[in-house]
Amino acid sequence: MSAHADSRIERVTGRALPLPGDDIDTDRIMPARFLKAVSFDGLERHVFEDDRKAGAGTGVTHPFDDPRFAGARVVVTARNFGCGSSREHAPQGLVRWGVRAVVGISFAEIFFSNSTTLGMACVCVSEPDAAALRALVEQAPGTEVTVDLAAQTVKAGGRTWPCSMPASARQAMLTGTWDATAMLTADFDAVRATAARLPYIRGF
Amino acid sequence: MGRTLLEKVWDLHTVRKLPTGQTQLFVGLHLVHEVTSPQACDMLRLHGRGVAFPDRTWATIDHIVPTDGQRRPFADGMAEQMTAALERNCREFRIPLFDLSSADRGIVHVIGPELGLTQPGMTIACGDSHTSTHGAFGSIAFGIGTSQVRDVLASQCLAMEPLRVRRIDVTGALPRGVYAKDVVLAIIRRLGVNGGVGFAYEFGGAVVDRMDMEERMTLCNMSIEGGARVGYVNPDATTFAYLRGRTYVPAGDAFDRAVTWWRSIASDPDAVYADCLPLDGGAIAPMVTWGINPGQSLSVEERVPGPADGGPGGGAAIEEALAYMGLEAGQTIAGTRIDVAFIGSCTNGRLSDLRAAAAVARGRRVARHVRALVVPGSERVRQAAEAEGLHEIFREAGFDWREAGCSMCLAMNPDRLNGRELCASSSNRNFKGRQGSPTGRTMLMSPAMVAAAAIAGEVADVRRMLPAGEGA
Repeated sequence: MSAHADSRIERVTGRALPLPGDDIDTDRIMPARFLKAVSFDGLERHVFEDDRKAGAGTGVTHPFDDPRFAGARVVVTARNFGCGSSREHAPQGLVRWGVRAVVGISFAEIFFSNSTTLGMACVCVSEPDAAALRALVEQAPGTEVTVDLAAQTVKAGGRTWPCSMPASARQAMLTGTWDATAMLTADFDAVRATAARLPYIRGF
Repeated sequence: MGRTLLEKVWDLHTVRKLPTGQTQLFVGLHLVHEVTSPQACDMLRLHGRGVAFPDRTWATIDHIVPTDGQRRPFADGMAEQMTAALERNCREFRIPLFDLSSADRGIVHVIGPELGLTQPGMTIACGDSHTSTHGAFGSIAFGIGTSQVRDVLASQCLAMEPLRVRRIDVTGALPRGVYAKDVVLAIIRRLGVNGGVGFAYEFGGAVVDRMDMEERMTLCNMSIEGGARVGYVNPDATTFAYLRGRTYVPAGDAFDRAVTWWRSIASDPDAVYADCLPLDGGAIAPMVTWGINPGQSLSVEERVPGPADGGPGGGAAIEEALAYMGLEAGQTIAGTRIDVAFIGSCTNGRLSDLRAAAAVARGRRVARHVRALVVPGSERVRQAAEAEGLHEIFREAGFDWREAGCSMCLAMNPDRLNGRELCASSSNRNFKGRQGSPTGRTMLMSPAMVAAAAIAGEVADVRRMLPAGEGA
């Protein structure tokens, strides 16, 4: 494994955006019509597009349209964020919009692995802590939030909350190996040896 | 101590432990489609990499194909461009492609099993969350994103976190008019849309033992809607009978040796599970979703819940769903007027699904205000259905009979809802905007229930419309 000194992600610091609601699915983050493309370019323009338009129609400003949260690097959401479709277009859109960390109560598994593979941290906090963080950001939108992967904490407004991330994904961020291709191709003999012992590849 | 199928298959496919602590897992079968692969292929080119195991990789085109005329070039320029990109990538990287001229084409999760590419004991990955479908055969199958598609193309491997296994036993016998779709909706209602995070679901019990392979595929397909990336059924005589003679399944003595191995990878009787859930199959009634995620469901006999009833996400989640769906707390779900009926998808677009819907549609007429379409899951399904005259039954009843594709499940082709149309759908997701209109509404149900709703013009109890002596 090669070390990726410039890829190491120990912490993410920046303004935050509160995104309440459980079970926010990837169809909402990135509606399917924006998957009709052969590249990920420009997806940042379509993040939560339908939710944003629906809100605008009723006079509700979606957090992604709210100038108070412009330039946010951290999204603070709730439970089971990113459920549903495996479309990487959802985290791609968020990353291209500028998001570098998502703080939630829990994450859907495929969204989690897609996000961490792109170097976007997904950390879990307790339900009351997620609510407290969202409230803090809502009340003081400019507040700088730091998601510290090394210390496993979220810091904002002079307060510190514990957060967690599965050990191996966290390790991949800290060591700069979150883009797994290099690791997975490093020992190709071992890959071939594994293939060779599989009955359905050997031909029974 | 006994081991589960998941543990056996996982260990067998483990290449090594990665420095991060993740497992480097070998992928035995990689399925590719046009939506989640072009960027992966571009990344390979950018880094000068090739495809490590083109002989373990197959591609098809399903999401964006029109179903009312599949002649090229497509009227939709971007659909044409995506198709051309897939064709170019498959040529360049020597990946076999079931293209639109192939009699084997169709939805990736329908054709894998049909062709016998899907087999017990494999690890299977595809850039599509409904890859869990293939678990019906006793494989460990899961959806991945595009960067992981790139990883599998480049190395045939993934960096994976371990999974725990929850055993779900569906006991007893399903009542008439109750199908695999109702079982899985009942499971998701019980465990929630995030109850399966970190778990693989192992489905078993008398009901699952008696299910045919297509029913098991429906069950495993929607594991992901309960948060479980992997769902599987242990392989048994039903599995082996389905596989015998299929294109990519070994024949002769090799088939017998394969069966011996397939039997050996099933969970041991004394396997230890992280969690167990018993569910009485006899108590399940036809299910319908009323909300905006697949956990928000009820039986056709029940009334729509209100904010005071509580549940996952609390009253706010129920209020949001009621407002979006235009439903009132306390109203019966039966009798809800629909605008569109869709039968198809990787969940319920197989021959037995079409038979169940046709049994309800036979000799009846779709309500005048309902737009109804039937989209076979594959070209083979279409041909088999036509061979037994199902297309005539549907057409006479007023359904549109289409060509194979993903169609209105996610509306990446011209089949979509308009405005706030409400669709009775045999697909898998009732998310806001899922079927192509940002304000469109979806109610998930079994194909037979969709046919019943199409005819009644409103959500209806299919048990009252089943012909004598037929049904589940």
